[in-house]
Amino acid sequence: MTYESVIGLEVHAQLLTESKIFCGCSTRFGAAPNQHTCPVCLGLPGVLPVLNKKVVDFALRAALATHCTITTTSRWARKNYFYPDLPKGYQISMYELPLAEHGYVEVTAEEQAKKVRLTRIHMEEDAGKSIHDAEAGASLVDLNRTGVPLLEIVSEPDIRSAAEAGSYLRSLRALLQYIEVCDGNMEEGSLRCDANVSIRPRGSTEFGTRTETKNLNSFRAVEKAIEHEIQRQTEVVEAGGRVVQETRLWDADREVTRPMRSKEFAHDYRYFPDPDLLPLVVDQAWVEHVRTDLPELPAARRARFVHDYDLPAYDAEVLTARKDVADYFEASLRACPAAPKVVSNWVMDSVLRFVKEEKLDAALKIETWPCPPERLGALIGLIQNGTISTTIAKTVYEDMRRTGHSPEEIIESKGLRQVSDTDTLQAAIAEVLTANPDKVEAYRGGKEKLLGFFVGQVMRATQGKANPQMVNTLLRQKLSQ
Amino acid sequence: MSHHALTIHQARQKLRTREVSAVELAQSVLARVRQTDERLHSYLTVCAEEALAQAEAADRMLANGATPPPLCGIPVALKDVILAQGVRSTAGSKILEQFIAPYDATVTQRLKEAGAVIIGKVNCDEFAMGSSNENSAFTPCRNPWDTDRVPGGSSGGSAVSVAADLACAALGTDTGGSIRLPAAFCGIVGLKPTYGRVSRFGVVAYASSLDQVGPCTKDVRDCAILLDVIAGHDPRDSTSVNRPTPSYTAHLERGVSGLRIGIPQEYFIEGMQPEVETAVREAIAHLQSLGAEVVPISLPHTEYAVATYYIIAMAEASSNLARYDGVRYGYRASEVEDLGALYQTTRAQGFGSEVKRRIALGTYVLSAGYYDAYYLKAQKVRTLIRQDFLNAFEACDTIATPVAPTTAFRLGEKLADPLTMYLSDIFTIAVNLAGLPGLSVPCGFDQHGLPIGLQLIGPPFEEEVLLRAGYAYEQDHDWRTRKPPL
Repeated sequence: MTYESVIGLEVHAQLLTESKIFCGCSTRFGAAPNQHTCPVCLGLPGVLPVLNKKVVDFALRAALATHCTITTTSRWARKNYFYPDLPKGYQISMYELPLAEHGYVEVTAEEQAKKVRLTRIHMEEDAGKSIHDAEAGASLVDLNRTGVPLLEIVSEPDIRSAAEAGSYLRSLRALLQYIEVCDGNMEEGSLRCDANVSIRPRGSTEFGTRTETKNLNSFRAVEKAIEHEIQRQTEVVEAGGRVVQETRLWDADREVTRPMRSKEFAHDYRYFPDPDLLPLVVDQAWVEHVRTDLPELPAARRARFVHDYDLPAYDAEVLTARKDVADYFEASLRACPAAPKVVSNWVMDSVLRFVKEEKLDAALKIETWPCPPERLGALIGLIQNGTISTTIAKTVYEDMRRTGHSPEEIIESKGLRQVSDTDTLQAAIAEVLTANPDKVEAYRGGKEKLLGFFVGQVMRATQGKANPQMVNTLLRQKLSQ
Repeated sequence: MSHHALTIHQARQKLRTREVSAVELAQSVLARVRQTDERLHSYLTVCAEEALAQAEAADRMLANGATPPPLCGIPVALKDVILAQGVRSTAGSKILEQFIAPYDATVTQRLKEAGAVIIGKVNCDEFAMGSSNENSAFTPCRNPWDTDRVPGGSSGGSAVSVAADLACAALGTDTGGSIRLPAAFCGIVGLKPTYGRVSRFGVVAYASSLDQVGPCTKDVRDCAILLDVIAGHDPRDSTSVNRPTPSYTAHLERGVSGLRIGIPQEYFIEGMQPEVETAVREAIAHLQSLGAEVVPISLPHTEYAVATYYIIAMAEASSNLARYDGVRYGYRASEVEDLGALYQTTRAQGFGSEVKRRIALGTYVLSAGYYDAYYLKAQKVRTLIRQDFLNAFEACDTIATPVAPTTAFRLGEKLADPLTMYLSDIFTIAVNLAGLPGLSVPCGFDQHGLPIGLQLIGPPFEEEVLLRAGYAYEQDHDWRTRKPPL
């Protein structure tokens, strides 16, 4: 029998607000332990939460970008459990009435476009961090992260393979980065993922028993763990056994999932509405305000690039994968509007390669570009109008990147302007032909491939500055005389 | 009259005319505390030094001629669940025995800005859970009218400090009657404001949807003065309501002519102490003689109030008290094996039995499989109870009832039977469930010389009506001039 896997992902995305969700403390990463804390996020006696409206703005951006229906009146709930990094003994989250429901994310899997539906999106506060120091025999708690806003995004079990899960997660991450609500860094934990996996006989419409796998802190881990879990469940079923509903942990070193000890997850969270917070009312005006503020989303921008700039689908895909790259492309194009495909080639080849090599794209936004987009556009414009050749342009680009000078300055100071003057070119051609009488003879005898040799010689004689098209034409004329 | 016996408005007069200085007043109160409180145990922490410094500051303000702030130089006490920066705040519990508050509650801040002199922190049932003050983890507070009797709870220390002249006024908190019951038992005025009228920020939470801070005072005018200071929106408390605060003192003397007083049949029950019923009915008759109109009303869901209250309050308490885990502050059990044992032992040793009972019951009613039958059902009944009151207020402006079915009972009398104890709050609890204001005003004494309280309940944000009726009644009686035999 063959099996089909059924996968749903639960994603936690840390929101990039300046301050925490229920107090004014900074959310900045990397401060000394317990520096970004106050009585409220420390859970001292008597404190009360006050909602940071910015968090709702960010959550609404994500909800709209994923085509969700916004709940007019949603409600905060307490999720009760004891842990040292959870100061109040409960996490403020949403339960019965989440902020948004019934959305979807467009995913390309195996060349096929597909919609993965979202069950719900809600906001909650993050817990702190426990560091277990085996040597000191102590556990240390850092509460800087306590109260950092999180978005929980739950998908329907619409995903059918590990690769599809990876593709969904990449699309979702790109989208969150695009709308600038999450930096998407899985290693640092600002994007976290739990995978619900089950299998069923192919063709069946019922769901099998699922397991939930936690501790997936990279795309690779997500895909590997799902593959492993599908494999493991298939083996269990084929051996006549039954899959047990449980929470499992991904062991990245051994590349296996293992069941969590029952103590680690056997919770009755006793959810109930948080009496310290009023129901959250999001009216149409608020939704519309956020919608107006939303940037053009990747799918729409991709379509526009193909339609308006006549770019191949591949180019459009690469350029719109990040908002800042798409913005850079369009800024470059403004300085050289006639040649979108040429600008696209330059952005993808020269600019993005360097950005990737130098890891300038590690953060949510690329702060340092190899050169400003206007200058790249200007450079390409100089190729287009015949001032320099593409070959010279590559050198100029490297100089621009190193020195920060404008293309015009570099071309002037180095005398790189293309030579298109017929007399100068004729003289150079005459010199080359005089120096190579045997090759001239051979060419005229029918070895027309030698034209390339002559062009090369002329280019060398002019230090690459000769206009290659003109050299070509003039050589053909001269040799056919 | 000794300085310590002054009401806020009397003291204010004498301070402004420099007949008495704020320091003299504070010293008088502090001396009285030293002399009498060992019999009453109303204070858990006395802030003598800080109080004298605040009094000196008040004297400087009084001396410089400008209009002083409303409570300038007035000695007040805070229930120990209300935080004051730098002062130990135990909430009546061992688990917070050494906890020094690092910030001021909003109400504390408002008192300080109004120039008040904070004498100290007063006794209460542990985490405000109780009706007799016997659940204080330290020592039960005593009723000054008979020290073998309870002062009522949970704000027992607040009521006692005011009744025994150990403070000019005090703040208490009321979750199911915790201001009104001790006010009635001790013969003082106590007000539970509308839910959302006074900030809860910096007040140790018992049941968040019911808790409210309110004044405990020697008379109704003082109650209005104190409410003027503490009422109003606080951006740090999302449940505090953003609507303008009237001046509660401005219309006190307007009288009750034409005021419609509702009398709910469900609040005059069999088994009540007859003297309580007589006193309350006489008080109503007196208001009638002043021009008020009496309207019989019905609050049909009254019988469900106690059960509903205990489900909701305990559910919220079980979650609110989860933070006392021994990890970051407060008591921590020593020599434990692992994390589970740290939690269990800390909480087993740190909490008293009533608190543990309520946490256990609250945890139970929120558990999977029981939530719908208990918590959700209780929330629905709560809506019906509130609706009862709103319907009743179509026909009346205020509702008059007894505060409690009896006068103060003896220490230990009800300890063995929590259910009987819970019934002390039978007339006060519904007011919290409905989020309404409720005032307790002295209306007589029983044959043992124990005070009796009249409760006036109002529509949301109509504290002013209650104060006006209470004031009219009080002016014609001299209950407040009687002092406990200390």
